[in-house]
Order: sequence, then structure tokens, then C-alpha cells
Amino acid sequence: MKQIKVYGPGCQRCETVAQMVKDAAAKLSIDAEVEKVSDPVQIAMAGVMSTPGISVDGVLVHAGGLPDVSKLEGWLAS
Amino acid sequence: MEIAQNNKQKLSDNPLYWHGGVAVAVLLWFVLYSNLIAFSEWLTSLLPIERNSHAGEAVAFFLYDVPKVMLLLALIVFAMGVVRSYFSAEKTRALLSGRREGVGNVLSACLGILTPFCSCSAVPLFVGFVSAGVPLGVTFSFLIAAPMVNEVALILLFGLVGWKVAALYLAFGLAIAIVSGFIIGKLKLEGWLQEWVRNIHLNGAASTQNIGDSLTFVDRYRAGLSAMTEIFRKVWKWIILGIGIGALIHGYVPEDLMVQIMGADTWWSVPAAVLLGIPMYTNAAGVIPIVEALLGKGAALGTTLAFMMSVIALSLPEMIILKQVLTLRLIAVFVGIVACGILSVGFLFNVIF
Repeated sequence: MKQIKVYGPGCQRCETVAQMVKDAAAKLSIDAEVEKVSDPVQIAMAGVMSTPGISVDGVLVHAGGLPDVSKLEGWLAS
Repeated sequence: MEIAQNNKQKLSDNPLYWHGGVAVAVLLWFVLYSNLIAFSEWLTSLLPIERNSHAGEAVAFFLYDVPKVMLLLALIVFAMGVVRSYFSAEKTRALLSGRREGVGNVLSACLGILTPFCSCSAVPLFVGFVSAGVPLGVTFSFLIAAPMVNEVALILLFGLVGWKVAALYLAFGLAIAIVSGFIIGKLKLEGWLQEWVRNIHLNGAASTQNIGDSLTFVDRYRAGLSAMTEIFRKVWKWIILGIGIGALIHGYVPEDLMVQIMGADTWWSVPAAVLLGIPMYTNAAGVIPIVEALLGKGAALGTTLAFMMSVIALSLPEMIILKQVLTLRLIAVFVGIVACGILSVGFLFNVIF
């Protein structure tokens, strides 16, 4: 079970990224729990400076803009 | 089938294919751009209205300015998207952390233009900077410059008003960001941050190491394209609305009406413009076409610039967002200092021009 967090204050792009993560996890049939973090305090505490950010099992893998789908699948698979 | 898919994948990852595509697109862009006047006049002539009437003036203005602004935006936003892929909030923070005030403010304001920034991530960025030892005043220089001096504002000014005003906007926007940040730094207001921000020092700054792996040229072009589509999705309605209102002013508002209200001789017009700009929340794309039309009707340059800067740099929604990290007192100081900067620019321009 992978714990995935998507950090973002609720802008359009953050929603898109959360959906991308879910789609990628479903495609690779990875058992993942996707949590959206929209509290600015928590976003800042996680060290994310440009949103949306993504962390997998507590490790920040992406910050700012839409991630590349193939890279995203790489992060989920590793 | 699978082979075809693979080939397509490879083709779209091939840098040569992208270089070629970009070159063709830029060439096409120049052909389109240099034929714009002819195109808009031709379109206007198709409509059943007198070219020299009020309606004719307004329509011709609209049909020329909309495609012109869209073309300029497409080119510049794409180029800036590519340039910005060389910068990131993390790199900028590393460059700024521990900088002394003065040089730090200048560097910070300039990086504010180049670093990817969205006002929706102003809070995490602010905390990320302050917690990693970027001085408060230097952080503010960044936070003032990033939204105010952006390529959308500059390109609209360049396209609609002229390169001189665009250059002045760039120079004075940077100056306001540098000086305001410097003053806030000198005031030593760190104690006026919200308490949780003061306590977060270096807590979360460690985990960003593995971000920002090296990008290929294709990645950078893709970044440019996605910046372009995103900006367009966000601003096209504002541009059409702004140019529409601008066109109405252009065609219908009598010459010199604005001289009395927004002329250089009315001293109160600059502060009024700044005050009016704060609650107004639109972006550069909506306000600059109106600015152009007002200038054409005799409004003073300083007054209109002050109005524009106030609309873009001092927005109520941004202050509400910043309330999460700054106390009200600090927000008041921030708004006060930036407003003074804008006022001085307004008065200065009205005197010079």
C-alpha cells in the first residue's frame, strides 16, 4: 500500500494532478491511497514551494506544474 | 500497431522534430503578424458599417487588437515557458538564502520575473523561503516582483501602448519591488509573522533534494507549450473583455474627457487610481487594453500606470491568502509601502511626461 499525497490549495491543476495520480496507479494496478492536502500550513511543512506537489511514502518527488505521465508512473512503480 | 505507436513515441521525443516544428511555427507567426493590419481592415470592410463612424472605429480596433495581442502572447509565453524551465523555486531559494539585504533585494526581484510563480502557491513559497534563511525583506522583493512584473503585462503594454511604456513599467516595477523589500527588511518585522511561520525554521526544507532532475530540450519545449495553453485558458476571456471595453472607449468616449478626470493636472487622480485598483481583481490581460484606450483619450500616463500597478500588485484576494502567514499589521505595512511606491511612480511620470 503506497501512501501518496498531492499538495495543492485546490486550484484547477491540483485537481488534475490528483486525477493523474489515481489514473496512473490504476493503470499500473498499484494499491495506493491518494490523499489531497490543501492546508497551506501542511503544504509548507512538507517543503513544497510550488504547487501542485506529489509525495510517495513521505518522499517528495515532484513540485510545480503538471508532471510527465511516464515520470509519474516511474515514481509510483519504484 | 504497436510498432507504429512506438515510432510515434520516438518521433515526439526527437529534439530535431521539435526544433524544426518550433522554427516553422515561428516563421508562420511572423507571416501572420506582419499581415495583421491588412487582415483586420479587410474583416472590418466586410461588415455593414461605415469605417469612419464610431462603430467602425470600435470594430476595427477590436479586430486588430485581439489577434495582435493573442499572437504576441503566444510567442512570448512560449519563450518564457522554455526560459522558466531553467529556473525553479528551489534553485531560487538556494541562490537567495543567506543573502544580505541590498544585493539580495535586487537579485530577488529579478528572479521574481524568471521563476515560475502562481499566486495560489504564494504561501508555501513564502514559508519555504523564510524557513530556509532568506531574509524577510528579500522574500518580499520576490513576492512583489513576481506577480507585478510578468510577461503577460509587459507584452500587452508592448503590443498595445508601445515599447517605451513597457520598458518603464519593467524598470519601475522592479524598483518598487527592490525598494519596498529593502524597507521591510530594515524595519525588522520578523516578529510580525504568524507564530507558526516563525517556528518552522528549516523544518521542511530538507526533503526537496531529489526534485529538478535534468530536463531535455523536448521537456523544455513541452514546458513552453503547456505554459502557453495554460495562460490562454486563463486569460482569453479577460483579453476579449478588456479589448472590448477598450474598443468602446476608443470609439465612443469623446476626446479629452479623460483629461479632466485622469489628466496630469488633477493631483488627486493618482491616489484615487491606486485606491480604486486595490479591490479590483483582474489580471494584466484585462486591465491593459482599457489602459491603452484611456491613454488615447488623454488620461495621464502616471495616473494610468499607477492604476494598472495597483490592480495587478495589490489585490484583496492575495492579501487574504497572505493572512495565513502574515499578521494584519505586517500586511498593512506591506500594502502601505507598495502603495507609496506606486504613488511616487504615478506622480513622477505625470511630472516628467
